Amino acid sequence: MTTMNLSRRAFLRTSVMAGGGVMVALHFEGVADVLAQGFGAPAAISAVAFIKFMPNGDVTILAKNPETGQGMRNALPMIIADELDVDWKSVTIEQAILDPKLGPQMSAGSTATPTNWNPMRQVGAAVRQMLITAAAQQWSVPASELTTASGRVMHASSKRSAAYGELAPKLTTMTPPDLASVPLKDPKDYKIIGTNQKGWDVKDVVRGNPIFSIDHVIPGTLFAVYEKCPVYGGRVKSANVDEIKAMPGVKHVIVVDDPKLWTVAQGPSAGGQDLTGVLGGVGVIADSWWQAESARRKLKVVWDEGPTASQSSEGFAKRALELSTQKPETNLRTDGNVDQAFAAPGAKVVEAAYSYPFIPHAPLEPMNAMAHFNNGKLEVWVPSQLPAQGQGQAARVLGLQASDITVHIMKVGGGFGRRLINDYFMEAAYLATQVPGTPIKVLWTREDDMRHDFYRPGGFHFLKAAVDGGGRLTAWKNHFITYGAMTGNAYANSASIQGDQFPGRFVPNFDFGDTKMPLGVPTGAMRAPGSNAFSFVFQSFIDELAYAAGKDPVQFRLDLLAQTPLAPAQRGADGFDAARMTAVVKQVAQRSGWGRKLPAGRGLGVAFQYSHRGYFAEVAEVSVDSQKRVTVHKTWVVGDIGSQIINPLHAENLAQGGAIEAMSHLMGMETTIKAGRAVESNYNVQPIMRLTQVPPEIDIFFLKTNNPPTGLGEPSLPPMIPAITNAIYAATKDRIRSLPLDNHGYKWA
Amino acid sequence: MAFTLTVNGQSKTVDVPGDMPLLWVLRDVLNLKGTKFGCGIGQCGACTVHVGGRAQRSCQTMMSTLANNAKITTIEGLSPDATHPLQLAWEEVDVPQCGYCQAGQIMSAAALLASNPKPDDAAINQAMNGNLCRCGTYLRIRQAIKRAAAMPARTTQTASVAQK
Repeated sequence: MTTMNLSRRAFLRTSVMAGGGVMVALHFEGVADVLAQGFGAPAAISAVAFIKFMPNGDVTILAKNPETGQGMRNALPMIIADELDVDWKSVTIEQAILDPKLGPQMSAGSTATPTNWNPMRQVGAAVRQMLITAAAQQWSVPASELTTASGRVMHASSKRSAAYGELAPKLTTMTPPDLASVPLKDPKDYKIIGTNQKGWDVKDVVRGNPIFSIDHVIPGTLFAVYEKCPVYGGRVKSANVDEIKAMPGVKHVIVVDDPKLWTVAQGPSAGGQDLTGVLGGVGVIADSWWQAESARRKLKVVWDEGPTASQSSEGFAKRALELSTQKPETNLRTDGNVDQAFAAPGAKVVEAAYSYPFIPHAPLEPMNAMAHFNNGKLEVWVPSQLPAQGQGQAARVLGLQASDITVHIMKVGGGFGRRLINDYFMEAAYLATQVPGTPIKVLWTREDDMRHDFYRPGGFHFLKAAVDGGGRLTAWKNHFITYGAMTGNAYANSASIQGDQFPGRFVPNFDFGDTKMPLGVPTGAMRAPGSNAFSFVFQSFIDELAYAAGKDPVQFRLDLLAQTPLAPAQRGADGFDAARMTAVVKQVAQRSGWGRKLPAGRGLGVAFQYSHRGYFAEVAEVSVDSQKRVTVHKTWVVGDIGSQIINPLHAENLAQGGAIEAMSHLMGMETTIKAGRAVESNYNVQPIMRLTQVPPEIDIFFLKTNNPPTGLGEPSLPPMIPAITNAIYAATKDRIRSLPLDNHGYKWA
Repeated sequence: MAFTLTVNGQSKTVDVPGDMPLLWVLRDVLNLKGTKFGCGIGQCGACTVHVGGRAQRSCQTMMSTLANNAKITTIEGLSPDATHPLQLAWEEVDVPQCGYCQAGQIMSAAALLASNPKPDDAAINQAMNGNLCRCGTYLRIRQAIKRAAAMPARTTQTASVAQK
């Protein structure tokens, strides 16, 4: 193997594989290039791409990240393959296992594209250059006379050519080029980037092949269910263990009452309480899952429910109202003097209280994991979005070394942020250590999932704003009542907000603060965390102000974006570029025919959101009948995620999916907390959009700009919620200030 | 209890409790993992199979309710070579995101096309409204059903291929 420093932060490794292929691995330290592009401050992550050249000319590219449906198993290898100059059809994609050498392997925060765009291109280009050099040496011709295409190096004047696979063995003896100096393709020469490529496993999907984590079992596996206290953080007092042990097929009943299994600090995603581990409960392990679940239905557990049992959604709403009249606990941003602006002559003052509920993720594949503990080593098969975190957590809690835990990254049946938490991983890992030598597959029911999620936190916003006689937004005040830890001053996970969040910096008098309510309910990031909730609030209130100002809602927004922005606060500087947002707002207005005359009961609504580095503006055309039945006739989504859409075929699907998920959040999704537990436990009471409710057309348009490509997992979702509620206002003059919509008597037509 | 079923054209005898849902017999006894568990209460459609040619939620189908030799078709038996028009159309349109619901979607659509080879939007709505897609691929699902319906011949083969 050869290891060469390419630059301060990257080096290539080449080695001969068993079977004659050659593997090229690119190691990166940090994301200096990403920082240089102005993406704010990502965590110190590294990315690795593996290329394997087979003697027959095929190329295998390792997919390092989990695939949750966001399309990264295609997109990252496509970038490499294009610069490498191979035909996409000759590329085989192979899922990597969790391996520290591969750097971060995660599906989170729409980060895969922005953090990998340069590195993946550079590795493809560097390896191509090495192959050219190898051919130049072999044929004793100048490298400048050589060209590449379709996985071959060619010398036109002598009519010689060689497949990459033939040249690859030479790579192991060569000095890799400096990555920074490797010339990259002119985008106009891309052959794969920007082309429509079908899902890497669509053939498996339509055949019903066992490709998902839930499908994977190995011989000798026993199946487990795990009953937890319905109240978060509750503990087992007693259980009818002997009775359950006697049930058909039951092999083990394991009672867990050990706080160190669940209270180890976990870093991210702890919620109001740190409940990311193995909670107090009873594991039932049987020959088959159905036997385990049947036995579990006879389980009688007496719980010590603990302090969270006194908490409820209703109680939080009452408390939020009380707190709203007090001074905020924390100031997030202040500009000018809002009180003076409210009192100014000619000022029109608008006050409104907005709120949104806890909601579950509810991906269709229930939580599951399989673990096998043998001779002190643990092997886990898991559909996690953050498998490395699960590995680290299991190591800490179970007293193992991370290097003793092998993690197989399984295909994920939907993530949406739920699988950033590894509680199912921990359950399988712990139960496996209690039954050494036997693989244990844990599978949750849907009820387990909806009752034990890490919910998108609810929140309350008490807003007051003023427009002056000229219709200009002069003052904006918001007291955000959110959630914090049960003890101490930390925010509940995903429950904080940045002070600069729009319209921060664009209003001369601005006063934004928050107050936390202690929360025992676990919370976590959900697709477009933060903005999936506050886009509804801010873009709706901006709409109210547009009407108060007597201005068109699009024009009012454009005027707001045209203000010279104030300096970002020290925390929360997010790189928001008003010019890019202005362009997408104008574009969506044009595509949707904004301003056209509509019949009574029908309206257009607009909203925009900067989310996860993406600029999105969206319009909905909605009608509402006399029974408050809502029809979304068409929606328009315009997004600016930079210069390239790597796989437009999947990008359209993903952006439409975000807009449709927004409609689920809008209409019916809500987890009600009552006596410290979730009320809603299945899809019958937690409605997800169905085929008939989806608009027949969701127009997706990407405005390509000269900016580095960014991710698409999240940003199409947030503005669709206020676009629809603003359209409902346009159609009915009913202003929606709390979600979900079905609490106001609305339903889909 | 012993039950004999004809699953994808093959006779299978299983010894399971009468209250065990067909879903778990398919997945964990017969090792046919294409049929998916999503909700367990007949709300999501991920477990859709054909029983006697009709789309049915296998999570709500107790073994004791099935006729002797009941003809069951799962996604694995929809066609011998993945060339059912719906499978071809799903691939052409590139329907899936995560893909987890799609076997159930295809099985619901296959039952529809078997009884109504040229369904209009209303018929598609009625047949498909019980199948959730959490990723929101609905526009492509509708498009793929229409594309399959427009393909020549073969549309009525649904269960017959597997049960020949």
